Amino acid sequence: MDFRDLYQQVIIDHSRNPRNNREIENPTGKAEGHNPLCGDKITCYLRCDGDRVEDVSFKASGCAISTSAASLLSEAVKGKTRAEVQEIFMVFHDMVTGETDQAPEEAVLGKLAAFAGVVEFPTRVKCATLALHTLLAALDGKPDAVSTE
Amino acid sequence: MKIGSPTCNPSLLEPKDLFRKIATRVKNIRDEFPILQRKVRGKPLVYLDNAATTQKPRCVLEAISRYYAEDNANIHRGVHFLSERATRAYEGSRDRVKAFINAGENREIIFTRSTTEAINLVANAYGRKNLGPGDAVLVTGLEHHSNIVPWQMICEEKGARLEVVPITDAGEVPLDAFEARLTEKTKIAALTHMSNALGTINPVKEMVAAAHRQDIPVVVDGAQAIAHLKVDVRDLDCDFYAFSAHKVYGPTGIGVLYGKRHLLEAMPPYQGGGDMIASVTFEKTTYNAVPHKFEAGTPNISGAIGLEKALDFVDSIGHEALLAHEEDLLAYAVERVSAVPDVRLIGTASRRGSILSFVLDGVHPHDIGTLMDLEGIALRVGHHCAQPVMERFGIPATARASFAVYNTREEVDTLVRGILKVREAFQK
Repeated sequence: MDFRDLYQQVIIDHSRNPRNNREIENPTGKAEGHNPLCGDKITCYLRCDGDRVEDVSFKASGCAISTSAASLLSEAVKGKTRAEVQEIFMVFHDMVTGETDQAPEEAVLGKLAAFAGVVEFPTRVKCATLALHTLLAALDGKPDAVSTE
Repeated sequence: MKIGSPTCNPSLLEPKDLFRKIATRVKNIRDEFPILQRKVRGKPLVYLDNAATTQKPRCVLEAISRYYAEDNANIHRGVHFLSERATRAYEGSRDRVKAFINAGENREIIFTRSTTEAINLVANAYGRKNLGPGDAVLVTGLEHHSNIVPWQMICEEKGARLEVVPITDAGEVPLDAFEARLTEKTKIAALTHMSNALGTINPVKEMVAAAHRQDIPVVVDGAQAIAHLKVDVRDLDCDFYAFSAHKVYGPTGIGVLYGKRHLLEAMPPYQGGGDMIASVTFEKTTYNAVPHKFEAGTPNISGAIGLEKALDFVDSIGHEALLAHEEDLLAYAVERVSAVPDVRLIGTASRRGSILSFVLDGVHPHDIGTLMDLEGIALRVGHHCAQPVMERFGIPATARASFAVYNTREEVDTLVRGILKVREAFQK
């Protein structure tokens, strides 16, 4: 396995220049996430219109995997409903934990499929899923810190 | 006899010859470690996580296997042949440990599960009896969590305070700063012999002397030092010394607490059970003598046997030769790694064991760890169970390479190539 299989260019790019790296004023949802393994810290800001994500942003500090996952996720979920975010979560989770033999559904994941290589590194699954856990907590109005441990 | 042969008998060569020959002997030493022959992710394993645990030589593996195949029995109580053999082997290991750290008597050697359990034993048995409200336990800013948390727990229970001697920018504990923190309230000082996060070697002998001038007993965490330094507990004059077998080429699950006999005898037991008693009725139990008072239950017999062989292995190389090789590796690694642009070494103490902690600008240590893993290089990344040390340097984590007697300059070269590759991947 080459390092590019895990650290694809899109991941390195988003880790160095995270998108939607800002706060949202008057968010309808906000949550914090923490991965004690890497010391990753993420705050997710959310503005929803009913059930639909109108705007989402992250302030993240941590490893390249968690930072880029937050960045790519913020682009992936804009305009999505709670149910659609949940579906992304399920497919993404199965992909990085190896709980499915099927190729990841690109239609659901889009650029998030770049994290497929994480399955070879079980210790890094928490880094990859931290942003999703935090986003779901924000959607569900659970602002208390999400911990991956 | 060839060094590192499966029997691990001490070499017949004189130490000076060993010193000269160490570099050429490393290949022979490596041959005694089966795991070093394996590949990881298609690459030859470069094992640089020795501060977490060392690999085990064949003589240790074979002794453990042979014990279970030929001599397995419970100890101390049996009158049958195998029980006597197992007892002799277990107690023989205690003698071996005594000699290795130059303790005065074998009853000053208590087998525990680990360094952590040894420190917990002192905190519970000695600390519970001798700490009271307003008292203080003094630790240093270099400590591993296992030499912080047991003291915090007992301090909380007894209304005592945990005090800390801060470390310098180099990662050192100045002797005068340590001495200044010792007061009449200080009832115990607990300090590491060698930092697991930075490699700093504390001037333990001088620190013990300073504490003893105020009649304060000293607990030394020797988890890291035991594999690198010649430990002489009577020369250090420490009151307690704790270490784990698995960090010195032995098996996991067994550790040692050395304690001065008069202190051990005055301490209440830590755990109750079989073997730690002289007699039991439902009304009253009389405790066994030390060390058995502190060894409740069936101990890790095979672990003790493996530990004995591990210490034989270290002695077959000799501390002088071992240290010379590791110092050479560390100096070479410091020179090569610090020459990589954007690398910063964390911990630059003047006296250091073979640990190299570093950060690379713009790359999180966990990404370094994963990228190195792809090259077959086992590094430790994270806070190294020493979060206060990380906080002191304002970083969440470091990448850490730690060397053992079987590592080579070529492996340091592989490490440096790995770091350059990481840098290129993230910065171009």
